[in-house]
Amino acid sequence: MTMESVLILTHDALSDENRSDRGAALTKASLEAVTAGMELAARLSAPLTIGIVAADPKAAASTLASTGARLLGVSGDAFAQARYASDAAACEALCRAVSASIVLAPASSRFARVAAGVAHRIGGFIDTHITAIGGTETVEATRWFYRQRVEAVLRRDARPWFLLLDAGTHAAFAGAPGPAQVEQVPVELPKLRTTVTGLQAPAQEAQTGAPGDRSSSLGWETIRPDAKLLFVAGAGWTKKQHDSQVHAVEAGELILGFLRLAGASLGSSKSLVDQGGEGQPVLPFLSHMNQIGQTGSTPRHAKGLSTCCHGEEPHVVGWRFIAERRAINLDPNCGWTRGKADVVYIADAFQVMAKVNALLNAEKA
Amino acid sequence: MANALHIVVCAGVVPDPLQTLEPVTGPNGPGLKSEVVLPATLDPWAASALYEAANLAARNPGSKVWLVSLGPKAKLQQVMMTVAQKVPFELVSIDGPIGGFPDAHSTAVVLAGTIESIQGLDRTKCLLFGGWESATRGAGVTLQLIGERLGIADQFQGVDQIDLRDDGSFEVLERVEGGKHQVSICAGTPAVLGWATGNLAEPRNNPQVGMANMRTIMPALQKAKPATLPANGLHYVSVSLPKQQRTTRIVKDLSPDEIARELVEWIGAE
Repeated sequence: MTMESVLILTHDALSDENRSDRGAALTKASLEAVTAGMELAARLSAPLTIGIVAADPKAAASTLASTGARLLGVSGDAFAQARYASDAAACEALCRAVSASIVLAPASSRFARVAAGVAHRIGGFIDTHITAIGGTETVEATRWFYRQRVEAVLRRDARPWFLLLDAGTHAAFAGAPGPAQVEQVPVELPKLRTTVTGLQAPAQEAQTGAPGDRSSSLGWETIRPDAKLLFVAGAGWTKKQHDSQVHAVEAGELILGFLRLAGASLGSSKSLVDQGGEGQPVLPFLSHMNQIGQTGSTPRHAKGLSTCCHGEEPHVVGWRFIAERRAINLDPNCGWTRGKADVVYIADAFQVMAKVNALLNAEKA
Repeated sequence: MANALHIVVCAGVVPDPLQTLEPVTGPNGPGLKSEVVLPATLDPWAASALYEAANLAARNPGSKVWLVSLGPKAKLQQVMMTVAQKVPFELVSIDGPIGGFPDAHSTAVVLAGTIESIQGLDRTKCLLFGGWESATRGAGVTLQLIGERLGIADQFQGVDQIDLRDDGSFEVLERVEGGKHQVSICAGTPAVLGWATGNLAEPRNNPQVGMANMRTIMPALQKAKPATLPANGLHYVSVSLPKQQRTTRIVKDLSPDEIARELVEWIGAE
């Protein structure tokens, strides 16, 4: 068996005030990659190096002191922005400095943007959305195909091999911080033609196709990746109810009320998001960013509560990585809930969620 | 014509999302059962890229859109019957395997080579579009690899919006963590944009557009060069459907109050 060596690429949490993990030296996803890399290096008895992309990697390095790994870093103002040209150059320099056979990195938006390009530059190969790393004599990676509908285990003979790890698949490294030596790696930057100007909440008008006001009028975000619970709203919320009337405003109040009280993240079916473009009643706080399933995200949360969803396979796809699943549905024969949800309540979601909100309110009081 | 763009959209064909998929392993590696006869459609996020490209081209006179697609000729022809009626484009087709299991690096080599050989394409004016992930492999790497091969160092993924300015620079909104967009200003073409949903609805079918497109689509399909995709040392140890089947408790006889109590208890439990 060829002697392997492992490089973990990490990056700091950018200083933008909107970042959920702002103030952290390294992102949670980076710390998860550290855990995966340490496990892999230990199993392979392989030397371990951690590379840090940050404007100033010192704070990040101190959080990694107890890993015992060799620490490399790039530094400079150019790396305070998540941008292809500078990040690819930084990762390329770190990879060339180590010449590792296996490179692990978190599938953050920052590294997902550049990792394949870096792999190409150093003559390597890449596989992404890795959910597990196993194997006995060799390294085997697990990932999903066809939007989480087919699972495969694969391996590669070629090296270097880049593996981009999906968030939430490993525990975040939490060793004691301490003094650490970080070796500076020089980076030859190309001419930078892109400037990052900031982050913003999705357009409220996104679902109607009218760009314009990009500020969230809610004053808080409905998508919360770190939430314990995912609340999924289906198209039934804006359909005619038992009184033959549409109650979209009431639906919106119930949903937002629940999100506030439970600290939940909001997902939506495609059909509900698309309604805005079709002139039907809408929930104005929803955008395509909330969409889960085939053409949306596949979030990871400990629990999921689905309401007013119909029974299509894409909805099941969106729920693939939800551990505990419950649903409220008027249709006892709904195909997707059977065998997919743990509990299905046959009830009117309007009535149930009003009662749930009242109970949560009472608990808060 | 100051901002005339040459937009190349890479888009594959994928099984209709509502089809049941069953993996099988053949002599050439894994694939899908009855893959050849599964109804196919243009990859959803790549379709968003195509519609955005056409919209951008329409607003910038002198622009042109090429649709580069790798797949079995018969499948491409079937999908183009519908796609051709949506927006104007010139098809550049490559006759190759379908599906999510071929290696993305090999796909990128073929697509980059094909783009390099497009007659009349000015790469200094080029925007390379595609879906940020496919509905098959879903790796999100092919566009990056093509961009690298074409020497394009400004790349954006998860794009929902591009606003072109008079000076040729443009603002891009990319999806990042926490349901937010990262806003960037790029000095101008060339650039790679992997699209998410974008802001445009699917265009209605327009028979006139379809007729115009079909004049070039059929010859392009006839001229499609065959491509093979080497595995590059990629081996599949196993390919399977998820086995997890839950025992679902159907609760029909509880009042809203009782359900609410049960839910609140469940939500609060560790």
